[in-house]
Amino acid sequence: MFNFKSYARAGSVQEAIQLLGQNPEAHLIAGGTDMLVKLHKGKAQFDHLVDIHDIAELNYITQNDANDIIIGPLTSFTQVAESELICKRIPVLSQAVLTIGGPQVRNMATIGGNLCNGVPSADSATPLIALNAAVTIEGRDGSRQMPLESFFLGPSQVALEQDEILTAITITRDNYTDYFGHFHKYAMREAMDISTIGCSAVCKINDGTLQDLRLAFGVAAPVPIRCKGTEDKVRGRKISPKLLTDIANNVPSDVRPRTSWRAAKDFRLQIITTLAHRVVEQAILSAGGTIQ
Amino acid sequence: MNRQISLTVNDKKKEIRIDVRQSLLEVLREQLGLLSVKQGCAVGECGACTVLIDDVPIDACLYLAVWADGKSIRTVEGESRNDKLSRVQQAFVDEGAVQCGICTPGFVMAATSFVEKHHQQNISRHDIRRGLAGNLCRCTGYDTIVTAVQKCLDEDD
Ligand code: FES
Ligand code: FES
Repeated sequence: MFNFKSYARAGSVQEAIQLLGQNPEAHLIAGGTDMLVKLHKGKAQFDHLVDIHDIAELNYITQNDANDIIIGPLTSFTQVAESELICKRIPVLSQAVLTIGGPQVRNMATIGGNLCNGVPSADSATPLIALNAAVTIEGRDGSRQMPLESFFLGPSQVALEQDEILTAITITRDNYTDYFGHFHKYAMREAMDISTIGCSAVCKINDGTLQDLRLAFGVAAPVPIRCKGTEDKVRGRKISPKLLTDIANNVPSDVRPRTSWRAAKDFRLQIITTLAHRVVEQAILSAGGTIQ
Repeated sequence: MNRQISLTVNDKKKEIRIDVRQSLLEVLREQLGLLSVKQGCAVGECGACTVLIDDVPIDACLYLAVWADGKSIRTVEGESRNDKLSRVQQAFVDEGAVQCGICTPGFVMAATSFVEKHHQQNISRHDIRRGLAGNLCRCTGYDTIVTAVQKCLDEDD
């Protein structure tokens, strides 16, 4: 039996906010694939649960009138991976979520849960920050929106007040139109494993030049991060093998990997430079570019 | 922390009282006596507890029993009909895909949903391995299991 002291089930976003407000120690549980593992180990900070598992209004993938793509936080990874809209418009996201866990876990785990956990290895985070995704947060006093990138504050820390809830993940039209991406997860096993390093690149090319590049890494810092220094340096440059080497050589200045039992810092840096090269190359190729 | 839930288990309707702190794994084994549902790791790593909920495979160890309210659950106990093994069960027997057997019920359920989803599609052995990546087996080396699933995919109805 799991070890928690109180349990309340929310049927709507409003009810969830209310229930959180009533108990300052309450935590949300959604798909359960992370929370129930923590509860199995009996972590005292999760003694009080507000269950949002069945809030239907948070489970959707849609496009608004402006053609922005909006993903409900309770959408499972399987739903994300199998969504026609995602596969057609932002396939880098389905590519990334298919590397998470195994089928049983992907059927339950939610994209919002993955983001709100705030771990640097969240595999859905790098494609989304590379796509400049924004998150919508609702609380007692209404809702606010912020870039997903600034949502991550530190290891297991996100910009959510205790009585707030993530209600939408938005990728605006200008952030995905004409952009092509690629994702690679470096891990010890091909499934059921945590990223040693995760990498997403999203790019836009025009007539042999790299018009825009957005490069993101997981587990390369305390939070999933973008390589803005490198991006600024290479924007507008001609596509060539030299460009790829320059990107790879520049990324170490954008990242801050550390040593853990999974991999040493030096090894992580090695993976990061190798992936920067390969993943950007693949993104350029999928955009129809040639590298010569 | 008790709740009344109603669910369908292997085609039979059940009304049961559960504790909200119970996993579906515990309820299936301890209250409903469905001992095919195994506990290996209890943290979503091994797939030994795989059951189908509304035909979708999930790890019953990471599923609160209260979430099963109104749902339909399939376990290995319900797969054979009139003493005849299901297609997937029979293929596991024929291919020798069972050794110690602890992983087998979970594998059979994961494979059953995979076969139902991909029957007669062009599926490679690698795809099958990916589709069964949530299940661990320490005995067989997986090859016989993949062959069993491949046979089921190719078979006519
Ligand atoms: S017992 Fe559920 S996945 Fe191992
Ligand atoms: S047959 Fe022994 S673990 Fe699979």
